[in-house]
Amino acid sequence: MKVNKYINLKFLTLGLTFLTILSCERELSSDAEFATFPQIGEIFTDTPIGLGSDFYFPFLGSKLTAFSVEQGVSYEGSASMRFDVPNEDDPEGNYAGAIFRIDGAGRDLTQFDALTFWAKASQGVVLGEMGFGQDFEENKYQVTATNLSLSTNWVKYIIPIPDPSKLIEERGMFWYSAGTQGTGGLGYTFWLDEVRFEKLGTLGQPKPAILNGEVIDQEAFIDVPVTLTGLKQTFNLASGQNQTVLASPSYFDFNSTDIEVARVSETGIVSVVSKGQATITATLGNVEASGSLNLDVIGSFDFAPIPPIRDPNDVVCIYSDAYQTAEIEYYNGFFNPDGQTTLGGNIIINDNNNVIRYTDLNFVALKTTNTVDASGMENLHFDIKVEDSQIDAGDFITFILLAQNPDGTEDQASITISTEDLVAGQWIPIERPLSDFVGVTTSNLSLFFFVSDFTVNTILVDNIYFYN
Amino acid sequence: MKYIHNYKITLKGVLLNACLLAAVLLMTSCETNEDQVVANLQSIVMQDEFDIDGAPDSSIWTYDIGTGENGWGNNELQYYTDKTDNVKVENGYLLITAKEESLNGSSYTSARLTTNGLFERAYGRFETRMRLPYGQGIWPAFWLLGSNCEEIVWPACGEIDIMEYRGQEPTKVLGSVHGPGYSGGEAITKSYTLEDDRFDTGFHVFGIEWTPDYINYYVDDVLYNQITPADVTGDWVFDHPFYIIINLAVGGSFPGNPNSETTFPQTMLIDYVRVYE
Repeated sequence: MKVNKYINLKFLTLGLTFLTILSCERELSSDAEFATFPQIGEIFTDTPIGLGSDFYFPFLGSKLTAFSVEQGVSYEGSASMRFDVPNEDDPEGNYAGAIFRIDGAGRDLTQFDALTFWAKASQGVVLGEMGFGQDFEENKYQVTATNLSLSTNWVKYIIPIPDPSKLIEERGMFWYSAGTQGTGGLGYTFWLDEVRFEKLGTLGQPKPAILNGEVIDQEAFIDVPVTLTGLKQTFNLASGQNQTVLASPSYFDFNSTDIEVARVSETGIVSVVSKGQATITATLGNVEASGSLNLDVIGSFDFAPIPPIRDPNDVVCIYSDAYQTAEIEYYNGFFNPDGQTTLGGNIIINDNNNVIRYTDLNFVALKTTNTVDASGMENLHFDIKVEDSQIDAGDFITFILLAQNPDGTEDQASITISTEDLVAGQWIPIERPLSDFVGVTTSNLSLFFFVSDFTVNTILVDNIYFYN
Repeated sequence: MKYIHNYKITLKGVLLNACLLAAVLLMTSCETNEDQVVANLQSIVMQDEFDIDGAPDSSIWTYDIGTGENGWGNNELQYYTDKTDNVKVENGYLLITAKEESLNGSSYTSARLTTNGLFERAYGRFETRMRLPYGQGIWPAFWLLGSNCEEIVWPACGEIDIMEYRGQEPTKVLGSVHGPGYSGGEAITKSYTLEDDRFDTGFHVFGIEWTPDYINYYVDDVLYNQITPADVTGDWVFDHPFYIIINLAVGGSFPGNPNSETTFPQTMLIDYVRVYE
């Protein structure tokens, strides 16, 4: 039997350390073998290959019966995989999507360089996502190819493996997600055949990227983690085309110029540890990724006070992480022809903490997608923090509610926070009875303005809601 | 055009052990009569191994500078220089680099080396080992031009393209001859495609063996074409000395122009150039 050796540096280092400490006199037997897994590439030829009996796991909300094996339709052999993408109004699920996971131990895919298949569709269609490495567990080596353009003829598709050396035991052989966004809500069928991992040898010129290849300067705050996004790998194919896939963080090795300031986990989460500067870069398969993150850690983030728990029936919320909120069409209308200079909008501090930050404030509006009915509420609340170093005489913030009525008319009303009520560098809760807003139709609220006429430069806003 | 396929016997050690291997081949290649010895000529008459860092050996190489007429007759976009940025010997390789930079009205710079006036020869085995660049509009070549092209107008003076390649087709090279009645788009040409490898990720050998009766084309250990006087649709003009050209063009009628996905700089690495008789 052929002994397939692989070197996992982490294990090797650990092992050597162990050896050094505990067993100086003994050496690893040359007969020692690392566990290996089947080096099988085939996933589907005329039947599923080696996937076991229980391998198809649909996504939540997808149509469970979308996949079947169709005899008589094939690129090669006698059968193909058939996927019926339902209409968007199908009560059994409005899209098709699933993973194909080996029922049992995974495969050693280190000898391959791509997932390939032949595909065609009942009409020309752009498929949302396809890939491999999704196993509904860690999804550690997930790869996603987006927007595959299928025609009505069989065409071969190539989804490169970002770094095959990582795939020593992979169960997630294939996954897909396809909807009807591009077909006006109408369903269609597509077929895949000869689905396999293979060693093409014709993939070259890897160009990995993080942050979509951009260099990003960002302020960061202690204990507020930053998630690295835009992780990609691009290969040049034999056709001369570049094929880019989204690659999970575990394909990358991340680096920080100062781990006392910020350090990156295997899952691409940057932990922010202390004040200072750090630059985050990455490599994939020993190729330096384009894109980097220059973090300027300025201290701890000063969050707005967390609003109290309230009966949902007693809250109409525009913006908060604490309540169910209205859908926001935009955070900054950029009414530049009207003389608006204000910059900024929503900033995501982390998964559970968003805040609105406006700079160069003369006036700015946030707009909800649909009008908001606050007519049953008695009070308005929002939290505001002026980030200017001081409050000067004459500084003010005016807050305007603007209603857009079904008959096309608009009406509005405002309140003003005067100089003496503003405090620099500190969150202030603003509480006003809704009855202070005279003349606005509170059942049709749509735009929410902050106006300072340049008396204040930078504000943070959070927790805008009406309540009883 | 006739060509020979199904070369099962491969000449792996052509450079090191050619004679010995050739002998072995002769003994073991009787099973199919289409098996061929890739190269017969083994006696070196000229070689540059590019072992001395700096500018290329001026006793062998000179430069074509500028844009020629109409981009060297092909609407090529580059301006050829002899600057170190575009051509140098380093770490045992000749490096020719195409850069995206403005110079004298061109948007790219690159280099074109020739042995014109320094080395010319009729017949022999002309061989190079190279790693090619890639990307839409990238056009490297290793070729021969008749030494009399300044007296007798091209294509009557003859051109032998040992290797041409379009960067957007990274697995395919072409070998061609141009002569009177068969030049440009009507050249006698054949391509060779790697099925499981590329020309821009590793080194490959490109060569011809040229005798009065034929020009054999090979890539690595595969003989992929033979052109004889009977194959050309005009006079056979490959009977006088030719000189060598190595160049890296950008854009032009053969590969088309670079696009937004073409990355610069692009460098071709030349391990050696050898001529045998």
